Amino acid sequence: MSLITAKDLSVSHGRRLVLEHVNFTIEPGEIVTIVGPNGSGKSTLLRALLGMLPVSGTVTRQPGLVVGYVPQKLALDRSLPMPVASFLNLPKPHSAQERAEVLQRVGLPGVEHRQIAELSGGQLQRVLLARALLTKPDILVLDEPTQGLDQMGEAAFYQLIETVRTEMGVAILMVSHDLHVVMSASDRVICLNGHVCCEGTPHVVRDAPEYRALFGHGTQGALALYQHQHDHDHTDCDHDHTAEKDAVNAG
Amino acid sequence: MLDDFLVRAALAGIGLSIATGPLGSFVVWRRMAYFGDATAHAAILGVALALLMSLPIWLGTLVIAFAMALAVSWMSSRGQSPDTGLGVLSYSALSAGLVAISFAPGVRVDLSAFLFGDILAVTRSDLVLVWGGGVAIAALIVWRWSRLLLSTLSPDLAAASGINPTREGLVLTLSLAVVVAVSLKVVGALLISAMLIIPAAAARQVAMSPVVMALTAIVIGWIATLGGLWGSLWYDTPAGPSMIVAAALIYLALTIYSAIRRN
Repeated sequence: MSLITAKDLSVSHGRRLVLEHVNFTIEPGEIVTIVGPNGSGKSTLLRALLGMLPVSGTVTRQPGLVVGYVPQKLALDRSLPMPVASFLNLPKPHSAQERAEVLQRVGLPGVEHRQIAELSGGQLQRVLLARALLTKPDILVLDEPTQGLDQMGEAAFYQLIETVRTEMGVAILMVSHDLHVVMSASDRVICLNGHVCCEGTPHVVRDAPEYRALFGHGTQGALALYQHQHDHDHTDCDHDHTAEKDAVNAG
Repeated sequence: MLDDFLVRAALAGIGLSIATGPLGSFVVWRRMAYFGDATAHAAILGVALALLMSLPIWLGTLVIAFAMALAVSWMSSRGQSPDTGLGVLSYSALSAGLVAISFAPGVRVDLSAFLFGDILAVTRSDLVLVWGGGVAIAALIVWRWSRLLLSTLSPDLAAASGINPTREGLVLTLSLAVVVAVSLKVVGALLISAMLIIPAAAARQVAMSPVVMALTAIVIGWIATLGGLWGSLWYDTPAGPSMIVAAALIYLALTIYSAIRRN
């Protein structure tokens, strides 16, 4: 059975339709990456799949599915003192040894007594990952986990994710800006822009005209992120982007 | 021993602090201070209705405080800025309550007792109410501690762990209404928020984990109660406000202490 299945999923924020008619599945042990321009509904899709949003259509999660969620960022309020050890114990307590092991695994040994508000961005991401791993998840869900990290930190973080998946066999669903990662590590890539533009193995997606249209031509997609065009032309893609063209012109 | 009004007063403050320590910590973490005020102001309307309908005061207070708490959380869940709407609701309830009390037949009501509390007049049945409510709320918070804490830290992380953050928020909202209802006699409608916030804020200065902060807030509440009562006796000052002044002095002392220690 698939871990998560979505059928004909639509989500709107107020009157604006953010996602329309998305179909999605992820199997045990699979790495699926969602790419798409800003505002294409990537995070919304993740949140809808995890049941955090009211949706139309159906989302089915395997009964008893354990999700390890690593959010894009964590808004920390200084009024709440929170050492790493206490944070790792939410919502279920773990032994000191388990906490020490998981911190070792994410490359941050001995930070149990540090306040999470005092950690750097990269360290906080690792602690968030450690907390997700402690629950022995069936699936890790990562929402642009390397936002705010420098290139070195980013590479190291993704290397860590790949090690984790090899060792634990956990399924991984992530949103990523980093197309290098998409190309190397994913089993399947979903190119999203309010709807599923195209989907398949990294090679299939890389060569798909819809993907080229969203992310630019001739760079193998690697640099396309920084120069993607909204007013691209579709030659053999059957949906229209006039709405977003208007939005771009208006903005 | 319970015959002594001072002993009863001390026991009331100590029982109340068991709930206001942890609940006050959540109020500080979630920035719900305005919320406590609105619920407490609504309690005055509850007092008026109870007097007019010859119901027990705590019952009238509890019902209206519940209603206000639900109204306010419904408003903020609709994404409205709570500021203006809350002000309208809060002060309408307070004023309507004050007006309605003047219609209560044949009762000469001491208003200031409801506004600022009358801890020195606490009876045995008041003590039962305060301790019953206080222990119940503390037990509720202990039972749901992790869920409440994770929902406070990040609603998204809570939801991904199968916790409903909206429900946990509601648990705190309703707890607040209960604490308001049982503490009206002790500190009064205008000072309940102070009893929630000041000990918790003082505890924040020295506590390095959520559990320690909640426990420290309880202890600070106890010290403020005893210190306030002592001061009230010694200097002949009103007891409820004296307790809050004592709490504020502890806050000041701990703030200075933590500033010095950091340098």
